[in-house]
Amino acid sequence: MSLKIIVTVKQVPDTHNVTGDAMKPDGTVNRAALPAIFNPEDLNALEEAISLKNRVGGTVTAITMGPPNAANVLKECLYRGADDCVLISDRKFAGADTLATSYALKCAVEKIGKFDVIFSGRQAIDGDTAQVGPQLAEKLGINQLSNVKQVLDVNKKSITVKRSTEYGHEKIKSNFPVLITVTSEANEPRTPSAKRVMAYKNIQTESSSGGYSESYLTVTDGGTIAAIKEWNVEFINADPIQCGLSGSPTKVKNVQNVVLTTQNMKEISSSVEGITALMNELMDEHIIG
Amino acid sequence: MANFYNDNEDILFHMNHIDLDRIIELKEDGFKEKDAYPYAPKNKEDAIENYKKVLEVVGDITGNFIAPRAADVDREGATFKDGEVYFAKGTAEALQRLKEADLTGFTIPREYGGINFPKTIYSAAIEMVSRADASMMNLFGLQEIADTIFKFGSKEQKERILPKFCSGEVMGSMALTEPDAGSDLQAVMLKATEIENGKWKLNGVKRFITNGLAQVSLVMARSEEGTKDGRGISLFVYERDEHMKIRRIEHKLGIHGSPTCELQFNDAPAELLGKRKLGLIKYTMSLMNGARLGVSAQAIGIAEAAYREAKKYAKERSQFKKPIMEFTAISEMLVDMKTSIEAARAMLYETSRMVDIKEGIEERIEKYPELTNDLSNDLKKYTKLAGFYTPLLKSYATEMTNKVCYDAIQIHGGVGFTTEFNVERHYRDARITNIYEGTTQLQVIAAIGGVTSGLILEAFSDYENDIDFTTVADLFEQVKRFRTNIEVAIGHVKEKNDKLFTEYHSARLVRMSSDTMNCYLLCKDAIKSERKKAVAKAYIAKAKGRIENELNYILNSANEILDLHSVII
Repeated sequence: MSLKIIVTVKQVPDTHNVTGDAMKPDGTVNRAALPAIFNPEDLNALEEAISLKNRVGGTVTAITMGPPNAANVLKECLYRGADDCVLISDRKFAGADTLATSYALKCAVEKIGKFDVIFSGRQAIDGDTAQVGPQLAEKLGINQLSNVKQVLDVNKKSITVKRSTEYGHEKIKSNFPVLITVTSEANEPRTPSAKRVMAYKNIQTESSSGGYSESYLTVTDGGTIAAIKEWNVEFINADPIQCGLSGSPTKVKNVQNVVLTTQNMKEISSSVEGITALMNELMDEHIIG
Repeated sequence: MANFYNDNEDILFHMNHIDLDRIIELKEDGFKEKDAYPYAPKNKEDAIENYKKVLEVVGDITGNFIAPRAADVDREGATFKDGEVYFAKGTAEALQRLKEADLTGFTIPREYGGINFPKTIYSAAIEMVSRADASMMNLFGLQEIADTIFKFGSKEQKERILPKFCSGEVMGSMALTEPDAGSDLQAVMLKATEIENGKWKLNGVKRFITNGLAQVSLVMARSEEGTKDGRGISLFVYERDEHMKIRRIEHKLGIHGSPTCELQFNDAPAELLGKRKLGLIKYTMSLMNGARLGVSAQAIGIAEAAYREAKKYAKERSQFKKPIMEFTAISEMLVDMKTSIEAARAMLYETSRMVDIKEGIEERIEKYPELTNDLSNDLKKYTKLAGFYTPLLKSYATEMTNKVCYDAIQIHGGVGFTTEFNVERHYRDARITNIYEGTTQLQVIAAIGGVTSGLILEAFSDYENDIDFTTVADLFEQVKRFRTNIEVAIGHVKEKNDKLFTEYHSARLVRMSSDTMNCYLLCKDAIKSERKKAVAKAYIAKAKGRIENELNYILNSANEILDLHSVII
């Protein structure tokens, strides 16, 4: 069996260490104030992709949309075992919301051609929308399995996974092609391999103005690629109007700093009486019930 | 998220300043492999970048994966059931990680699947592994077995076994010690009998064998019947099968993750490594020297971990309305800990460099025999230096880590004595370092010749001639006085011309030597950094008292202890 696997990844500002200047006055993220990191759940998605490849054979192509330095997350993918990488980068993609992003990704995936599985992180830590994966599946017209915490079984035609739900989990099976969004519960992502780090540490991006070679499909284990492919709007046959700001119905109206303070703190005893009293109070205030 | 490479400014300092030119030249031989392997360096700068990048990978695994599992590994330990040994869960997971990251053939050439790194970089990696989990180093460090097979094995053995080490498919063990042959390895009795076709079988018992469950063991055995000393001993490659039984594992004070096995060989088939009769005197000595370097790095890693715990606690713990770090008694302890760790680390890299150059020259000569004459003087020089620096380093670094861990508990006070905190684990783990691979007392015996023969003075002279110390002249003047103290001590001992007297003072002479060596190296580093200047200054100020004290005792002691010991004990 040889699966063609795609994984979507994103470079995000490290929101674990947010400081006062994290947002600009216009409501956009001040990327200069926050270090750029690999979106954590995308690392889980990458890990699932590479484990699956190691289990049944195939190729993993990592794809990201972003400014030129987003190539850094693609390098991290190569360090961990991805066979090929695509950076979708163009000024015309700037300011994209989830809709415009999933549109651009859809065009890029179609450019890549035939595939069996797409792995995406459940959500990114900057926007926390969890929309891009599902939207991409919709636009490609394929099945989607979201919030997946374990791949259970795989054969030539289908994959069976366990996905988290509000009340527990579901075991669910889908034929290929399918898009799977992965949660952090799924795995502990691997560390880079020394040999791959040495081989790819200085890899550059190469803008594809000419025809796209399908050679990535034949990359074999241990083989190396010469460059990270960089694709623009024209190259992926995207409609510029649907890309970037013009393709984004989401408008940020206002951004507020929410400061959490503890006021009127009340300690509730962990007895039946204590909890009953709290429930009554919450119902009286119409917070619940 | 902690990266044990990126968060260690002293390791970073060394990686930025250490002179690796000759080592890279010897290791890469004109960068011949640059087109054959995508990960082979193209030039010197590329090689250095590779070293740093890979150490970052090691720093990531050790900081974020191994360290968080260390306390559980210590609690769970390796276990023994029905004749088989099982690693603790965290140990097994960490080994898998290291394997996946291509870190199991660290020093082995690329043609066998390794990454062909020098020992100097390997030492840095071992330190980080040990800082995360001292017991993991015992397994990680057993790459030394592959290194020994690479040095002395036949072409066929290398091609068959080394790729398995590099891929992580097999691990190694060195089976040297026996119930009656510990420090005195010449007493080894495990019997090797030659059967047909140059094949051998092994019979006997080995004890205290780290990772004795390994798939590939180097077993030292008596191949020459009727002999009693080291010349009758050969080294064998044994690949595990049903002819070897693990009888038990030891219950130890520390390094619980590392299984220490007792092995029974029953007609176990084995093959000779290298030549007969050279097992102890050549191969095992080489193997042991590598292991001594590794244990020194392990000691420094444990000390680093304990120091960081102590510093963190001293900052956070408040008594008498201020953090205890602000009390002089505590800050002095922390300064002593930090400076002694940095001294040991400077010596670790210096020693590793000597070993790298020596082994690089050996390899070069083997590849190009026509260079033998040109390189023979250099080989002699670095063989002597590596043989001297290694025990000097081990005797210092492993005693140092015990003191650092002791003080780290002291700074914690009562809680440091509980298992809630990590320092008690470090304290227990440190305790083996000055015992195994040769006790400190044996390191003294191995190093004393280099002191009394004047080799150490030649090494000092080399530093004086090669390095411009003018920017740290004040400090360096003091260090030269330490040198004079050693000269006086050597002179006095020689003048006595009494073997017992020399033996009695060897430990003192070796301590003076390592202290002074540390001062030379710290001065060398002080030239490059203001921070290092402060470290050198603090270390030298304390070393002065120690060195003068040792000298005074050597000069003024009669044979009282020697004469009185039979009355007292």
